[in-house]
Amino acid sequence: MLDWGKSAALVFVAAILQVSVFSTVTILNGTSDLLLVVIICIALLRGSIAGAVIGFWGGLLVDTANLETLGVTSLLLSVAGYWIGRYGETTGRERTHAPFVSVAVITLLYAVGSLAFRFVLGDPAPARAVLWGTLFQGIALNLILTWPVYALTRIVLPPFYRRERIERIQAIG
Amino acid sequence: MAAIGSPVQRPGSSTQSARSSAVGRRRLVVALLTIVSLALVTVYFRESDGGVLHGFQSTGASILRPFEVGAERVARPFRDAASWFGGLIDAKSENAKLKEQIEALRQQIILTQSAVRENAQLKALLDYLEGPRFPQDYRSVAARVIARAPNQFEQQIVVSAGKNDGISKHDAVVTADGLVGEVTKVANNVAQVTLLTDETSAVSALDISTNAAGIAQHGGRSSSSLTLDRVTKDQIVNRGDVIVTSGFRSGALSSLYPRGIPIGSVTSVGQSDTDLYKQIQLDSFVDFSQLEAVIVLVKRPEAK
Repeated sequence: MLDWGKSAALVFVAAILQVSVFSTVTILNGTSDLLLVVIICIALLRGSIAGAVIGFWGGLLVDTANLETLGVTSLLLSVAGYWIGRYGETTGRERTHAPFVSVAVITLLYAVGSLAFRFVLGDPAPARAVLWGTLFQGIALNLILTWPVYALTRIVLPPFYRRERIERIQAIG
Repeated sequence: MAAIGSPVQRPGSSTQSARSSAVGRRRLVVALLTIVSLALVTVYFRESDGGVLHGFQSTGASILRPFEVGAERVARPFRDAASWFGGLIDAKSENAKLKEQIEALRQQIILTQSAVRENAQLKALLDYLEGPRFPQDYRSVAARVIARAPNQFEQQIVVSAGKNDGISKHDAVVTADGLVGEVTKVANNVAQVTLLTDETSAVSALDISTNAAGIAQHGGRSSSSLTLDRVTKDQIVNRGDVIVTSGFRSGALSSLYPRGIPIGSVTSVGQSDTDLYKQIQLDSFVDFSQLEAVIVLVKRPEAK
C-alpha cells in the first residue's frame, strides 16, 4: 500500500513537472517526457499491474491539467506501463540496459500511438513533423533523463529482491 | 502410495494456481483500464461542455493549478537556463544557415550583375552587327573572352572561337564601341587576340573630320593609352576628333582592318619644332579592361 502511495506521488510530481516545466523546454526542436520516463521506471521496478495503473493515473493527470480529451493519454500510458512491466517481470528487471532500451522503444511507440490516436479522433496528426522533426531529439532527451530518474525511483521504490535481503538481514540480526 | 486413477496432488500445483491467478488479475486490470480509458474518451466526446467529465476535468485542473504554478516558479530559473542554451544552439545553427544563404545570394548577385553587363554588351554588339557601321564584305563571329594575359605587359586575350568558326590569323576584332585588336594565334576552338594597346600593335588610322592620316598604336603614360603617330605637321587634327581605321589599299598591300572602325577620340594635340610629326594622344572608345564579348570580323570568301 505504501508502494502505491509512493508511486502515485512520484507520478503526480512528474505529471506536474511535465505539464508546467518540461513540455515548455525545447532543445533542438525536441522536448523530453519526464512522466513517460517515470512510468517506465516504476513499471520496471514494480511490474505490469503497477505499470498499467500508474500509467493510467499519470495520463489522467496530464489530460486533466492540459484540458485534453480524457482517456487518451491514460490509455496510451497504461498500455506502455503494462508492456514495460511485463518486460521487467520476465527478462529486463536486473539488466543495466533495460531502462534505456525501454525508454527508447516506448518513446517511439508512444509517439506513433499518439499520432494514430489523434488521426482516429480527427485531430491534426502531423506525422512527418513528429517522426522526422522531433522524435529522435525526444528519444535522446528522454535517454538523458533515464539514468537520474531510474536511480531516484530505485531509492524511492527499492527492488523487491533487495528489500527481501534487507529484511532477512534485520531478522538475523 | 499412489494408485492409477486416484487423484494425486502434484508438488507445484499450488504455485501454478497462484501464477495463473496472477496472470488473470493482470489481464483483468489491463482490460479494465483499457475499457475505462475508452469509455472516458467516448463519453468525453459525446457529452457537451457542461457534461460530467468536463466538470470533473475542470475541477481537477483547478486543483492542479496551484501545483503547476508552484512548479513553474521553482523551475523557472532552470528552464530559462535550458532555454538559453537551447537558443544558443539554435542561434548557432541558424547563424551557419544564414551565412550559407548570404554566400549563395552573393554568388547569385555576382552572376546576375555579370549577366546584366554581358547582356548589355551583347545587345550593343547586336546593334552594331545590324547597324550601318558594320563593314561590308565581312561576316561576324561572336566570341566570349575566356582568358586574359596573366600580366599587364602582354595586352592579349583569348576568345572562345577558332578555326572551326572560320577565324584565321590577322582577322580584326571589334566590339560595338570600336576596334579591339587582331587575331594573332588560332587554334581549333579558341583564338588569341592581341589588343590595340599592345606594344606590337599598330593600325593605319585617319581623322574622320579632317582626313589626317597616321598610325594608331600603343603609347603614352598608361598601358591602355594610345597615340596617333606619323601625322605630319601640315595635317590638321583637333581635340575631340574621332579617329577611325583607314582601311588603306595600296596595290597588293592592304590594311588588315576594314575602313571606318572607330578607334578613339583625340584628347590632346601637340607639336614641337624638332619633331617631324605631331604628338597626338587618343582616348580609346573600347574599355579594354572590361571586355567580355567581342566580334571577330571574318572576310567573306567572295570578298577575298
